[in-house]
Amino acid sequence: MSTAIRTGGARSAPAYREILARLFGARLADKIARPGATRLIIVIGVFILWEVGVTFFGDPLFVSPPSEVMEAFGGLVDDKAIVGAVTTTFWEVAVGFAMSVASGVLIGLAVGLNIFTRRSIFPVILLLYATPQVVFLPLVIMYFGIGSASKIAFGVSHGIFPIIVTVVAGVQNLSPVLLTSARSMGANRRQILRWVVFPHMVPSLFTGMRLGMTGVLLGVLLAELYVSSGGIGYYTRLYTDTFAPAKVFSLILVLATFAILLNELARRAEFHFNRWRG
Amino acid sequence: MKLPQKLVQRAVQVGFLLSLLLAWHLLTATGMVNPLILPTVPSVWKEFTLLVASGSYWPHLRITLYEYFVAISIAIPSGLVIGYLVSRSRYAIRVFDPLFSSLYAVPLIILLPVYILYFGLGPGSKMAVGATIGFFPVVLNTIAGFGTVDPLYVTAARSMGATGTQMFRHVMVPAAFPVVLTGMRIGLILAFLSILGTETIVSLSGLGHQIVTLGELLKTSAMFAYIAFAIIFSFLLNWVVSTAEAKGRRHAP
Repeated sequence: MSTAIRTGGARSAPAYREILARLFGARLADKIARPGATRLIIVIGVFILWEVGVTFFGDPLFVSPPSEVMEAFGGLVDDKAIVGAVTTTFWEVAVGFAMSVASGVLIGLAVGLNIFTRRSIFPVILLLYATPQVVFLPLVIMYFGIGSASKIAFGVSHGIFPIIVTVVAGVQNLSPVLLTSARSMGANRRQILRWVVFPHMVPSLFTGMRLGMTGVLLGVLLAELYVSSGGIGYYTRLYTDTFAPAKVFSLILVLATFAILLNELARRAEFHFNRWRG
Repeated sequence: MKLPQKLVQRAVQVGFLLSLLLAWHLLTATGMVNPLILPTVPSVWKEFTLLVASGSYWPHLRITLYEYFVAISIAIPSGLVIGYLVSRSRYAIRVFDPLFSSLYAVPLIILLPVYILYFGLGPGSKMAVGATIGFFPVVLNTIAGFGTVDPLYVTAARSMGATGTQMFRHVMVPAAFPVVLTGMRIGLILAFLSILGTETIVSLSGLGHQIVTLGELLKTSAMFAYIAFAIIFSFLLNWVVSTAEAKGRRHAP
């Protein structure tokens, strides 16, 4: 969504850098004024505001300052049940993601490689993709139980569609010239798949995998928040119900860090595999 | 005789959906599946027509729509304003854009327990979730839209002596409009879905709540009717928003 931004060159804002230069001298100002450093300062500033604001004005039943959240984080790491919960969630996400990628790529290839199925089946898939899946959440629990199976199923149903759609799109954008020239050079069907279709599909596949990962994480969490006996979603609800905000916030921070890291990893991979196009 | 391609494709699509319906009907009508788990097609249809004809959906839909309108009237203006302010400086874009897009990758639904703690089990927590989740696509696309206006247009307008307001009205807004519009569409849809979802997870009222309640009462046919209603309603919303987007694009300022 935001990839189209052309922001090269903007190393610093002149007025801002000048103020910094007065305060810290020119050398240090250049370092602080870099966008990444400023971003870090803003994040730290938010945490400090949070700390100060909560310590003086907050109700300890509802909100905790970051220092207590960090302390609670230490407690969580020692708690076997919590470590188990975090592992459960990651395990559910991993299984759901693997299943989404495997079946998503297969379905995407089956639908996308043939013009007829692409024109006839693909709209049906788009229709299913547009369906609000949350309304099926009670049914998914009813059919798959309150254990991990329902979380994985709901994760897959959220994660598979972006993968199918991007695989189909990746195959679709294949220039006919490439196919014709490969064929005229005597490539057989398997060689075309390996050397023409596959390299073309990879960049969009990574986009799909990034979106699919976000989808799986969302599906698993929705199901865990709805009803469950373990996992991050279950414990966030438990700790809010028992008014232990420090633990809630540290679980949320764990999850947010995990999601941001995964997203960043997938974005890097996407960029890396797109480079050959120049 | 060769059938026209378009017709065959339509036939396959309709056939696919019909065969799903038929499989459902055969499974339930023969008694292979317990109707408490999967109700029969006619019973769901009966409940559905009853639901639509009697208007008994209205109290639930009203709550959901109320939550929705409050959520989007927070998410969209704040997304537009913050996005526009950030887009005014290339430096600010480089600082804030990665921040917003990383947060957008976090499944923010995890904030729901906290919001329930702060805003209660009622509509307040749903509005907060809807506003939070709807905000990000709007702000990101506003930054992208206003941040990528071709400098050539800006220079040209300036050299022709455009004032600040003229520049905004006749150069910036038309150039950014399509991207911003897309962000608003995504925000509008995501806000609705997240409200529906949070109502399903925990709530006192609304469409999602009604679905769960009927499921817990084992009134599965009525539950399926409400699920169908919610799906049709969100397709309708999707259609309205997409049409508005297409229309807005054509009549771009």
